[in-house]
Amino acid sequence: MNARAETLLSLRDVWVEYGDKIVLEKVDLDIEAGSFVSIIGPSGAGKSSLLRIVLGQEVPTRGSILLDGTPLTPECGPDRGVVFQRYSVFPHLSVLRNTVFGLECEKAPLTARLFGKARRAAEAEAAEMLHAVGLGDSMHLYPAQMSGGMQQRLAIAQALIKRPRILLLDEPFGALDPGIRADMHTLITKLWRDYSLTIIMVTHDIREAFSLGTRVLALDKRRHDPHAPHRFGATAVYDLPLRRDEQPASEGIVVVADTPLSIEETIRHG
Amino acid sequence: MRWVNRQIDRSGRILLGSLPILLLVLLYLFLAAQRHAANPMDKILPLPTGMAQGMAALLFQPDQLTGQLIFWADTLASLQRLGIGLGIATVSALVVGLVLGILPPVRATFGPLVTGIAVIPPIALLPILFIALGLGETAKVALIVIGIAPVMVRDIMAHVSALPREQIIKAQTLGASSWQIMIRVALPQAMPRLFHAVKLALGPAWVFLISAEAIASDVGLGYRIFLVRRYLSMDVIIPYVAWIALLAILMDVALTVLSQRLYPWAHGASH
Repeated sequence: MNARAETLLSLRDVWVEYGDKIVLEKVDLDIEAGSFVSIIGPSGAGKSSLLRIVLGQEVPTRGSILLDGTPLTPECGPDRGVVFQRYSVFPHLSVLRNTVFGLECEKAPLTARLFGKARRAAEAEAAEMLHAVGLGDSMHLYPAQMSGGMQQRLAIAQALIKRPRILLLDEPFGALDPGIRADMHTLITKLWRDYSLTIIMVTHDIREAFSLGTRVLALDKRRHDPHAPHRFGATAVYDLPLRRDEQPASEGIVVVADTPLSIEETIRHG
Repeated sequence: MRWVNRQIDRSGRILLGSLPILLLVLLYLFLAAQRHAANPMDKILPLPTGMAQGMAALLFQPDQLTGQLIFWADTLASLQRLGIGLGIATVSALVVGLVLGILPPVRATFGPLVTGIAVIPPIALLPILFIALGLGETAKVALIVIGIAPVMVRDIMAHVSALPREQIIKAQTLGASSWQIMIRVALPQAMPRLFHAVKLALGPAWVFLISAEAIASDVGLGYRIFLVRRYLSMDVIIPYVAWIALLAILMDVALTVLSQRLYPWAHGASH
């Protein structure tokens, strides 16, 4: 994979304000196709706000966001897939039906259901995707019958079947056990390589951010007014391009490229 | 062992659950027997034999005026009113609650109206209904609908609007339109809640049915109870009330079982 491919997503002078509280200020970012961007930072530094404006769930107060050079519509759409920490799957649909849903919406605008041949084709495609995320044997379970890790696998399969330009992950593995989290890291790395995905992941786990990402963004406030802490917003204070070894993901194979800061310092700052 | 940890198995639950009911029946029989020992003509606490005699006439002898078996005619009339009323209320609660719950502009427009209607005591509207719709079936069914539909609408609306935002966002990233989200995401998840709402509405629905029948009717369970009250016919009133309770329990159980069959995912099919 060519790490220096064309710019897929760019944020130009983006500000997010809620009333007089400034959450993000002057965010300028270019994200290349095929990159895996981890976003870290303290609580309240606007990590999730950044994800929401890229997703289209919120509109930035100022600034513009371009996807492939065209401004984003201020609404969620199938070009940007998402996996949240929780509630990403539909509890009333089986695993297979959850995955087919995206195809049904596209091909049957009125009923959102497929029948006969079209349905079998869609189910075959969904089954293939479910095998890819390791849910090939669980296609007829309901989400409530599955563990948290399996639900997140389903949420990923559900998003990937739409072949999104960008996959957004909002602390996707935050609620999982350490062992399962390691499995999920292997899975997401494999999917990222196999499907040439562009991924933006918000995480609290700095280890995870560095072991998975090709680039780590640390969000924090550059300036701080002790009398009015809400008047300064956060922005990307560190932007670390990483080089990932070609081996499949395991801990500690990440090398920080061209940056004077050590990882330790970054962590202390974040 | 702490009482909060004492789990009761199935046979134990049946035994314990029937105990207070049995005690109440025994207490009644004891008091009734005592009154009958003092006064064999007592009408206030009839013995089971008295109730059987009182009910036999209504159950098996055709009414001289209409030629119908009164008990069954009453049951049929009441269930028909209740069924139509519940049906209309349920369908409107589903449609209105769904649309209001999922579409913020519609909620902003009609939410206050629904709330306003919901706070009016339905019985206060009964005179208006009788004046506008006459004393026939329509007014009785209308009272049931007006009595229970607003609460059900608000319940479904609240449930749908409380669906996790993540789900609605996720559906949009999968390419779903408002309509598709409504029929594929919100509607199926509103259905178990609708069953629950109908179960809770059964009680009030019976109240409004009996009220309407008591005030203006010529057939129906509520009508009969209020008619025979004039003759202190407790031997008819008590079996009628027991019959109403039995019907209500059967409906409740049927709704529970149906909901579990149709929507297993909503009833703790956990891992």
